Amino acid sequence: MTGLLSLTTFAPLVGVAVLLAVRTIKGDSAATDALAKWIALATTLVTFALSILLVAQFDAKNPGFQFVEDVAWFAGLHYRMGVDGISILFVLLTAFLLPICILASWTSIEKRVVEYLIAFLVLETLVIGVFCALDLILFYLFFEGGLVPMFLIIGIWGGKRRIYAAYKFFLYTLLGSVLMLAAILAMISISGTSSIPELMSFKFAPWLQTWLWLAFFASFAVKMPMWPVHTWLPDAHVEAPTAGSVILAGILLKMGGYGFMRFSLPMFPNASEMFQPLVFAMSAIAIVYTSLVAFRQTDIKKLIAYSSVAHMGFVTMGIFSGNAAGEQGAIFQMLSHGVISGALFLCVGVVYDRMHTREIAFYGGLTNRMPLYAATFLLFTMGNVGLPGTSGFVGEILTMTGTYQASTWTAIVAASGVILSAMYALTLYRRVMFGEIVNPELKTITDLDKREILIFAPLIVSTLVLGVYPNFVFNLTASSVDALVGAWRAAVGG
Amino acid sequence: MTFSANLSLVLPEVILAGSALALLVWGAFQGKASPAFTLASVLALLAAAFAAVVGPHGHAFNGAYSADAASTYAKVAIFISSAVGIVLGDRWLAQRGDQKFEYAVLIILAALGMGVTVSAGDLISLYIGVELQSLALYVLAAFRRDDAKASEAGLKYFVLGALSSGLLLYGSSLIYGFAGSTRFTDIAAAAHGTHGVGLLFGLIFLICGLAFKVSAAPFHMWTPDVYEGAPTPVVGFFAAAPKLAAMMMFARVLGDAFPDSVGQWRQVLVIAALISVFVGAFAGLAQTNLKRLWAYSSIANVGYALLGVATGGETGLHAMLVFMILYMVDVTGFFACLQALSRDGKPMETVEDMAGLIKERPGIALAMTAFSLSALGLPPFSGFWSKFYVFKAALGTGDVLMQTAAVLGLVGSVVGAFYYLRLIKSMWFDASKGSVDAPAPAARAVGFAAALFAFPVVLFALVWLDPAAKAAAAAFGHA
Repeated sequence: MTGLLSLTTFAPLVGVAVLLAVRTIKGDSAATDALAKWIALATTLVTFALSILLVAQFDAKNPGFQFVEDVAWFAGLHYRMGVDGISILFVLLTAFLLPICILASWTSIEKRVVEYLIAFLVLETLVIGVFCALDLILFYLFFEGGLVPMFLIIGIWGGKRRIYAAYKFFLYTLLGSVLMLAAILAMISISGTSSIPELMSFKFAPWLQTWLWLAFFASFAVKMPMWPVHTWLPDAHVEAPTAGSVILAGILLKMGGYGFMRFSLPMFPNASEMFQPLVFAMSAIAIVYTSLVAFRQTDIKKLIAYSSVAHMGFVTMGIFSGNAAGEQGAIFQMLSHGVISGALFLCVGVVYDRMHTREIAFYGGLTNRMPLYAATFLLFTMGNVGLPGTSGFVGEILTMTGTYQASTWTAIVAASGVILSAMYALTLYRRVMFGEIVNPELKTITDLDKREILIFAPLIVSTLVLGVYPNFVFNLTASSVDALVGAWRAAVGG
Repeated sequence: MTFSANLSLVLPEVILAGSALALLVWGAFQGKASPAFTLASVLALLAAAFAAVVGPHGHAFNGAYSADAASTYAKVAIFISSAVGIVLGDRWLAQRGDQKFEYAVLIILAALGMGVTVSAGDLISLYIGVELQSLALYVLAAFRRDDAKASEAGLKYFVLGALSSGLLLYGSSLIYGFAGSTRFTDIAAAAHGTHGVGLLFGLIFLICGLAFKVSAAPFHMWTPDVYEGAPTPVVGFFAAAPKLAAMMMFARVLGDAFPDSVGQWRQVLVIAALISVFVGAFAGLAQTNLKRLWAYSSIANVGYALLGVATGGETGLHAMLVFMILYMVDVTGFFACLQALSRDGKPMETVEDMAGLIKERPGIALAMTAFSLSALGLPPFSGFWSKFYVFKAALGTGDVLMQTAAVLGLVGSVVGAFYYLRLIKSMWFDASKGSVDAPAPAARAVGFAAALFAFPVVLFALVWLDPAAKAAAAAFGHA
């Protein structure tokens, strides 16, 4: 069905229009806010249903782009959309996490609710657009456009240092992406086309590839984020509201990894091969260093933020290993991390909503009062550590297998990250959950309510299902990944 | 060519000159402005724009004046922008009990000057156009005589503008001396193949004079003071149309008279452009007054437009022409919003004044957010597209100097991003400072229309703006 992709992408904007209309008609009141939440939830659920339809109709055997739409625009640009095995699951992930984000904000957001929901819906459109765009400029439009809603989400509904964090997030990302813009414009003027599928088979001169690769790397490495340009992430996470953290860790970071697979590898294969050692080194450092940094954190959210950086290290490593295991692992790790880290941030949100602090030292002994919460948190902690049976395991083991073939040493160093992640994650769990309740304020803390159980249920299910039956993902990605790896091998002569 | 054939080519200017004189007489008899008077002046400008569109193309008065796709393109934009300037200024002055009929007449005279400049095919007609436009603008800057700051702005503008006219004239005389003609085609023939020192000196002086008019660094010093002192609607007017006219002058002189000396003028322009971008970005960081802030923003934007001109050829001029239109809409809209805002009758002019505006005036705050994001160059707002064209042209030259300049320019835009973000932060994140007066309907309407253009209309408008600018750019070099 043509148009389904655009429909999925822009469905949230319909919700935005409805929200604006409701707000204009009914004015600013508590009743409007309550209605707005239901409208936003319905919109995201419809979008999710559409994305499921998309996956259902997707032909997994076809390695190329499907659901392609192509309308000529101006100056040689096209409105060109399409998905392949690499991108379709990210569309699904985005549409899956958004209703959860809305539900997670149900009671915790009290001021400017309508604006908040609009920001999230706009962000959803832009993020889905990033994964579907098949025109360089269209991609850049969606990619950069996402900065504004996120800037507002952090800046308006964030914590104490929200303004500092919002600026840092915006300017860091912007600097990276203007370099990418320069590369995009250079690519368009050299190749004469802005079509991503055409550019994937266009052969840029090797010296040019080096520069273009670096420019794209500047953008995606910041977005990912890779060490040493990750410093915006802990600030942004700590200050963002819970749902903002979920979307940031769950989806926005994946745009970097997706970018590497969509642009860096197929368009600049020689440069990717040349810079492989650099990426491996940065990934290995990220895994070890940020794990150690995470271990020293006193703020739960910051700890999870640093652990995200470490997990993204596995992704970059897998992507640049250039073999099917690495790529599959990277995609899987991104999806799995999207679910698990999103869930972990939601777990933090649960206690933050009750106690309004994220200090690890404040908590302790929560198992006594919150058994359901403790079990949930344990599952996601184990997923974060990469326990077999959870989705976290599959991604880590595959990326390491893939990397082992490309660089044994990197894989060995990265493997130590698994131990380190167990170290910080279990320590966190012990300090927050076990022991007796010492802090008198915690004596009355309540367990998960129905809404929260509803939020966590799909996340728990998907973590376990993906951990036990990862073929759901691999079936969809296999042919596209094989095509990607095949093209890369052919280009670098390996 | 018969005299009447010449006249048919200059019809837009004839309409403007005739109506300016007629309106002057009408106003002098009536003694004050009236709605009918304002309407008549707006209609005169729209009629001139219409005449420019439907009129024939060709060279009049032995090549001193040329009507082509480029001049039509610029004139339509300039005349419409002037008409908007009249409406906004008239309402604003009326609100302050300072309404005078001379305001509309001066803007029409400035538009006439701009019309002549963008059609100039000769250094003399170029100079006449520039002076007519500038003299009208000096008076407009000091239009509120009782306001000390406005008088200061007018005086500064006049003194520095006169200096730049001197540079322009000096350059022109050098060029005349070494080329033996003031006509662009003859100069192009004389400069063909040879790069005489005299011509080069003349060209440099000319570029300096023009850089003054567009407020490119290092000739930008007057801009912040004049922007701050002049009445807000006047600033909105002369940040838009005259900038396009001055950019067209660049294109005319460099593209028509010195098309073969690209290697010479490109270096000068690239350096001026980069200095402008960085002066605009860094000096803007220290500003708290929004008018001064936007003055520095305009300096940075002129830098980008100059990069387009420096690229030269059809793609570069194409980029500049698209850039200027998009920029004009943005800046007009921004100043329309600014003039609509006041708190207890006092204009809101600083970044702090805007605190919590999203609560008080969500519409205007949204519009100003759109303009800020657009000026920042964030997609999908119009400012992104203007930068898209310029940087694509610059990166497509294959010239290392241009490519380096483009990358540096993009990096400069990140520095500038900080002050646009500060404005957004003030409007969205900070606590409100109390009620804001009801905005004037005309200014608000213009602001909203411009904001809608910045996004999403621009995504569709470019479909026809792009080929129009392309046709206009192709007209250069055939004088």
